[in-house]
Amino acid sequence: MGTEHNVALVDYTPTSPAKVFEAYPPRTLWSDVWRRYCRHRLAMAGTVVIVLLSVATLLGPMVYPVPIDDIDFAVKLTGPSLTHPFGTDDLGQDLLARILYGGRISMAVGLAAMLIAIVLGMVIGALAGFFGGVLDSVLMRLTDLFLSLPQLPLLLLVVFLFRDRVRLAFGPELGIFILIVCVIGGLRWMQPARLVRASFLALKEKEFVEAARCVGVPSAWLIIRHILPNALSPVIVAATLGVGSAILAESSISFLGLGFPPDMPTWGRILSDARDYLDLAPHWALFPGLMIFLAVISINYIGDGLRDALDPRKIL
Amino acid sequence: MHRYLIRRFLITIPTLVGISIVLFTVLAMAPGDPFEELALNPNIPAEVRLNLRQQFGLDDPIPVRYIRWFSSMLRGDWGYSFVSRVDVDRLILQRLPTTLFVLGTAYGLALLIALPVGVMSAVRPYSLFDQIATTFAFVGYSLPTFFTGLLFILLFSLYLDWLPFIYSTTIEASGMRWVVEHLKQAAMPIAVLGLFEAASLTRFVRASMLDVIHQDFVTTARAKGLTERRTILWHVLRNALIPVVTIVALQLPGIFTGAVITEQIFRVPGIGSLLITAIQSTDTPVVMAITFVYAMLVVVFNLVADVIYGLLDPRITYT
Repeated sequence: MGTEHNVALVDYTPTSPAKVFEAYPPRTLWSDVWRRYCRHRLAMAGTVVIVLLSVATLLGPMVYPVPIDDIDFAVKLTGPSLTHPFGTDDLGQDLLARILYGGRISMAVGLAAMLIAIVLGMVIGALAGFFGGVLDSVLMRLTDLFLSLPQLPLLLLVVFLFRDRVRLAFGPELGIFILIVCVIGGLRWMQPARLVRASFLALKEKEFVEAARCVGVPSAWLIIRHILPNALSPVIVAATLGVGSAILAESSISFLGLGFPPDMPTWGRILSDARDYLDLAPHWALFPGLMIFLAVISINYIGDGLRDALDPRKIL
Repeated sequence: MHRYLIRRFLITIPTLVGISIVLFTVLAMAPGDPFEELALNPNIPAEVRLNLRQQFGLDDPIPVRYIRWFSSMLRGDWGYSFVSRVDVDRLILQRLPTTLFVLGTAYGLALLIALPVGVMSAVRPYSLFDQIATTFAFVGYSLPTFFTGLLFILLFSLYLDWLPFIYSTTIEASGMRWVVEHLKQAAMPIAVLGLFEAASLTRFVRASMLDVIHQDFVTTARAKGLTERRTILWHVLRNALIPVVTIVALQLPGIFTGAVITEQIFRVPGIGSLLITAIQSTDTPVVMAITFVYAMLVVVFNLVADVIYGLLDPRITYT
């Protein structure tokens, strides 16, 4: 990099300062992050895999227009072949089509649940950290309480108990989706909340906040415009990793038979159905399991790369 | 120290009350009737069902039911399973030894793997061994136990035919053969859980070792002529283990709930599978008791983690 600057100095003539700016676009915070991120090879590999998986699940059903519920007992439990690249299940339904469709739901659940968790966590953490006092202690006790709740049993319990009621309220598919997303998101906001609160406690004492307050910036604007952007780095990492753990949570409850119904084949649900046919049709379990693994490990590597890239103390 | 302990202990009480209120409210608000089956049975008149509901106090307002439940819980009366018609505490005690055996061994295995691997990785960071170990740890940490469980069954039960994939409590054998059969059927659940825990523990051990290994007192230890082995094991490891012990204590309750899935895959008759069957049959007293036991584990181990941390690290003073 040093050499590049030398070249710039040689080229520089006082008559055309604009030329220098054209040749060297200004380096921004995000371009720096992107540069550092690109150097993390495994994170890049993870990004490629996640992009491929997303494109496949979003566009796949258009390119591969086989219905997910086409029952054909003549080909039941057959392994991968040309007509059925991922094989078939016990009803002769095409597994590739089901996995593509299921991936859409699994990833949508992961993203939506993470969004709920992050938004909740940011609001609670920001309020507790910014205002402090009684509000802070009440919110933090609430956070401690939620951290002590047994996650998986509660998840199973709530989904099982309220399944029928939301199904009546929102229809069979949307209802169960909303329920699962809300429950997973509602049990995962504690870590982001603590991260945001810690950043807020440190940032609100800084001079730039004091300066903004002096020129009469109202509290809400202070929180949103001045403090929150500076508290985002750890939240971004937590959000990325949160998508992975939400996908795992959804797969777990579907695997235990308490999540999505069989006509909505998420990856966990397909795996659960495949359990009893492991001896006859191992491919049935292998493909969805592999998808979950690929998605989760890619997301974990992306989170790892982002953690390194967003840490300004780290020089790569 | 004593005053801190007492205060720390007192904080757990409102936490437990809070958790029990949340759990109770969730269960009480839910639809579903434990006597639903009776309603479908034409031989049982509706009055009998209504009398039963009244006898168990299901029609009282929620706060009344909560106080009744909480006070009987404190007296050690955990209620009566609607489905298996047994006292809940007996039902749980019946299942507990299996769960504890599988979990205890799995966690022992995890520590046996994670400690040496983590230490060796940290001693030579970015060496070939470290790179292989960290990659394996990353993969193991991203592989969900329900998938590894199925892979193990596929490999060891179906292709190699070495191990049984269904856990049975009634093994008809005695002496050495009983022990061997028992170990054989427990091998896969223990391995699945143990490897998963080992993966995340290895990462902690490595990170914690790396935090300590560059500190000045380590250089001093080397400078005064201690062997590398003694420096690492005596000076670095002992300090690096302080946060690891805390992590272990904080993770233990999570392992109990994580074991629900493993128990379900291998059909281990432990607390986790009891919970699943109880949820599916709306056996409210059992569900309530087990989730509350899990919550108590979390709270108790948080307390243990805090106390151990202070005992191990003399720099921490309780005020």
